[in-house]
Amino acid sequence: MAKHHVTTTVNGDSVEYLCESEQTLLDCLRDELELTGVKEGCSSGDCGACSVLLDGRLVCSCLVLGVEAEGRSIDTVEGMAQGEELHPLQRKFLEHAALQCGICTPGVLVAAKALLAKNPDPTETQVRYWLAGNLCRCTGYDKIVRAVMDAASEMRGA
Amino acid sequence: MQERVKKPTFDVIGTRPVRPDGVDKVTGRAKFGADLKMAGQLVGKVLRSPHAHARIKSIDTSKALALPGVKAIVTREDFVEQASEFVPAGEMLINYRDVVRNVLAREKALYEGHAIAAVAAISESAAQAALDAIKVDYEVLPHVIDEVEAMKPDAPLLHDDMITAGVTPVPTKASNVAKRVEFALGDTAKGFAEADLIIERDFKTAPVHQGYIEPHACVASVSEDGSAELWVTTQGHWVVRAHCAKLLGWDVNKIRVTSSEIGGGFGGKTVVYLEPLALALSKKTRKPVKMVMSREDVFKATGPTSGATMHIKMGAKKDGTITAAEGELIFQAGAFQGSPVQPGAMCAFANYDLEHVKIVGYDVVSNRPKVAAYRAPGGPISTYAVESVVDELAETLGLCPLEMRLKNAAKEGTKAAYGPKFGPVGLVECLEAAQDSEHWKAPLGPNQGRGIAAGFWFNIGGETTVSLQLNEDGTLSLMAGTPDVGGLRASLSMMAAEELKMDVSKVRPIIADTASLGYNFLTGGSRSAFSSGMATVDAARSIIKQACQRAAKLWEIPEEAVTWEDGEVRPAGENAGKHKPMSLSDIGKIAGKTGGAIVGYAAISAQGAAPSFGVHIADTEVDPEDAGRAIHPSYVEGQYQGGAVQGIGWALNEEYIYGTDGRLQNAGFLDYRVPVASDLPMIDTIIVEVPNPRHPYGVRGIGETPIVPPMAAIAASVRRASGVRFFELPMSPPKVLKAMKAAGKA
Amino acid sequence: MRYEKPTTLEAATALLASAGTDARVLAGGTDLLVQIRARVLSPTVVVDIKGIEETRRITKDAGGYRIGSAVTGAELKEHPTLSKDWPGLIEAANLIGSTQVQGRASLGGNLCNGSPAADSVPGLIAAGAKAVIAGPSGQRELAVEDIMLAPRKLALTKGELIVAFKIAAKAPHSSDAYLRFIPRTEMDIAVVGCGVALTLDGSGTCTAARVSLGAVAARPLLVEDAAKALIGTKVDEPALVKLEAAARAACKPIDDKRGTIEFRIDIAGVLARRTALIALERARKA
Repeated sequence: MAKHHVTTTVNGDSVEYLCESEQTLLDCLRDELELTGVKEGCSSGDCGACSVLLDGRLVCSCLVLGVEAEGRSIDTVEGMAQGEELHPLQRKFLEHAALQCGICTPGVLVAAKALLAKNPDPTETQVRYWLAGNLCRCTGYDKIVRAVMDAASEMRGA
Repeated sequence: MQERVKKPTFDVIGTRPVRPDGVDKVTGRAKFGADLKMAGQLVGKVLRSPHAHARIKSIDTSKALALPGVKAIVTREDFVEQASEFVPAGEMLINYRDVVRNVLAREKALYEGHAIAAVAAISESAAQAALDAIKVDYEVLPHVIDEVEAMKPDAPLLHDDMITAGVTPVPTKASNVAKRVEFALGDTAKGFAEADLIIERDFKTAPVHQGYIEPHACVASVSEDGSAELWVTTQGHWVVRAHCAKLLGWDVNKIRVTSSEIGGGFGGKTVVYLEPLALALSKKTRKPVKMVMSREDVFKATGPTSGATMHIKMGAKKDGTITAAEGELIFQAGAFQGSPVQPGAMCAFANYDLEHVKIVGYDVVSNRPKVAAYRAPGGPISTYAVESVVDELAETLGLCPLEMRLKNAAKEGTKAAYGPKFGPVGLVECLEAAQDSEHWKAPLGPNQGRGIAAGFWFNIGGETTVSLQLNEDGTLSLMAGTPDVGGLRASLSMMAAEELKMDVSKVRPIIADTASLGYNFLTGGSRSAFSSGMATVDAARSIIKQACQRAAKLWEIPEEAVTWEDGEVRPAGENAGKHKPMSLSDIGKIAGKTGGAIVGYAAISAQGAAPSFGVHIADTEVDPEDAGRAIHPSYVEGQYQGGAVQGIGWALNEEYIYGTDGRLQNAGFLDYRVPVASDLPMIDTIIVEVPNPRHPYGVRGIGETPIVPPMAAIAASVRRASGVRFFELPMSPPKVLKAMKAAGKA
Repeated sequence: MRYEKPTTLEAATALLASAGTDARVLAGGTDLLVQIRARVLSPTVVVDIKGIEETRRITKDAGGYRIGSAVTGAELKEHPTLSKDWPGLIEAANLIGSTQVQGRASLGGNLCNGSPAADSVPGLIAAGAKAVIAGPSGQRELAVEDIMLAPRKLALTKGELIVAFKIAAKAPHSSDAYLRFIPRTEMDIAVVGCGVALTLDGSGTCTAARVSLGAVAARPLLVEDAAKALIGTKVDEPALVKLEAAARAACKPIDDKRGTIEFRIDIAGVLARRTALIALERARKA
């Protein structure tokens, strides 16, 4: 069967790729566009490692077909830093040592960015529930939550 | 976070610089196992057994091979038989005769998910079509999942030739019991006779998976001359190289293994699964082959750690002195022998200074995936049972469980049941820290309870190599060979910077491939910061020595007349003040003119790894109408909150659930239920520093001890919250409610 | 597998009718894509209905709400009045999976996936929602409790799809609530779910009630005896005791990896009581 020709916007740039109907957006980002910052942990929507923004909405890219991205706008972890400037969340994750192995980190960062866009002043509980779909097996979440709260505070002040 | 610090002053150690691999990990740049794409790579996939136990009568790959895009298939025919030979893998032993069978089933499929064949094809869909076209003729056999069932004389036998080791006289009949181990001190009968109270309990724990978020993945490329490149996510790439060379019959130096960034291991990435298959497929095709496990494969065919059945008997005097302890541990090994029952037995009573102890362990095979190491393998399991009995002794005697532990705590000079006498260890200090903590003193609400438990882990050293180059601009390049699972590069850079009195930002560390450094044993046993740290310090000292030699040459004075002080090479003695002191940066610049590059190299077998102890406190609230949920567990402990959280999962929800067909029913994150962010509170940690005298910076491993105490601490707290004592993990909601109803508490 | 994205109901129903049982409707895809990946399903055609405007909008008039079947949980939550009028339903929809899943999962998908444990279905049933169904021969309406017949089995015929759900305008002094039991705090499938909607009169007496239970039988249940236990009472202790008993009596659960029969029956009573009390509190304030 002929592949689908998809034109979409990724991290602000217009891109094109060919994909089969079965391929997920995760497959397309990683294999066709080589955006391997988007991680695959389960391919069933249970770990959040593949989190991206689709038209600004937080989703698991493993639960979206690649062909569905036609005409949409996608943001991944690769688009968070602006030039040499890390996003405040990225800086705070480093400062708070909110990562150990780092495999969940891109998904957590994208999810946290979506949270702060919607709620600039979340409570600890709100952060924890918002991030419940992002599994981390190393940190016990403590430092992640602290880093998100600290980044939120800095971003509100800025 | 509180820190109880009694330490000499350091310039770098004890500070919190940003880790050198950090930026790559927050920007998505870091390359993990599945992130490498080689030009022209094929997709490798594994066909797995749908049966828990079946004889493989034949495997027909002819139709699959004829499909378009299918390039190669490997089966048992492609791997030669291996002689029985045990080699270390982390803190556990493996046998090559079993490894070759686990990588690809030979006579029988021994668990659901057991690899049967592997294919390489030009696409995911072509590879899948090939798997569907392979015809395997199975003779389905009766299976056994439970370890106690597996020990019965009429249980289905996994291995017709397995004779229990460690028993005299040697049994004449095969069984599923691979091994019996025993450790004893004194005379337990005498000890129990001195007791005012004896408590005897049975425990059961479910197997739990390491649960790393990154599935196993590798890319192999074998060229026409037989030299191979392997990119893999692993805790030990030299160990992967050794295993692959052995299974494939290749020279070790033909395989260059590079460890990718590793997305969690916790012990589970210390053995080979896909790697020999990818190499074999690449050899057949001479193209790169990439293999990535699905999450389902990870649950069904890798890890987990043992489930266990245990019997513990302990006696104590009215004042809380423990007079004797006995235990029997039955550990699941999975389909092949090699459960962590030995370390489990060694740890069981290690928290206590006991005169009379006896512990017996059994290593039992059943139709489950072969267990792999998981953070302090064996320790959390036996500790859960023993600490639960200690808690019950304290409660029955009307004593504070913390004070009872202080009274009996192992200390310097305590002889452990497994042989050695402890050097300086920090259990008493940990217990005192817990006693002083805000948490221990905080009030509890209705239906809430507080539990405490202690834990111990040995920690190991082993073969380690580090190379440190002083560059021409005075910066340092550091190569280590133990994969960095959680910040190793940062700590090694800091140790080098400390030793060389440099800014830590001037040290750039990498994890080198197997062709670039001498042998390194894997990251496991909480050894990487200890052993690679020791080697880093040795390498740094070699740099200092060489720097002094170069200065001596430049200044034309004897080498003995040069000293290293405050980060400078200085002329000493009668030459003092005659030459301008030189920094390492200055020395780097003249290296080329004074004899060539300056490289510090240390190849050691690290000795003197010291055990560590930890104490956890947990609060639990039980909803008497529905079920247990940890709403405020807070842990006083060594260092890692992550270990505590893995322990919470182990205590409350995580387990392998099998159907009567012997198939795993919860092979995914949805129903395996690792803790999520909203399940947890902030976790307080208190770092109790008792330096290891046998390491230059007092390092002792801390990666594993944190997972040892939590299950017992949570069980004790659930006991106080619910009024019911539990003897089985996980303490899942249906079990908690049922037990509370039975006890009339709900 | 073929992917189609029609923009009209006629085109969608024609595609579904021609492909028969090998066709699958794609809304949020949070169940469908997982099942395709796991090879539980291997559809020849996937019909993405998100290109059809009626499935993607929420409208409100005097008669009540019409919620497109492919509207996501996150969009439901952001609606200016839905959460105020039907808080239980919106909470139920927002308990499905993670924040990420909320960005995709829809009421239509949650129902048509055919799981007895679907969180939003007891919410819809308690709210008295009707499904608007489009098929090759036109449109029809069916009460939500009549749609799922058994696990993975729906009362939809060949070529039919759910376009939207109709929910009545909220009566004065009425409200709803939904609670579920899961072992963790998030990310689990309901072991038991319970939706309750009730209406009070000026004196605080319950004049109408609907109680629905999920994950305790082969399909989500509308438990009429449980509603009867509340109607005509002040939702006081004796009524709640009767409610618990009626809820438990309606359960025909199974033992599985997520819970035991005994546990589910027990919890159904506890949840019915707790959910009714939340709905009562809300109705009093409404």
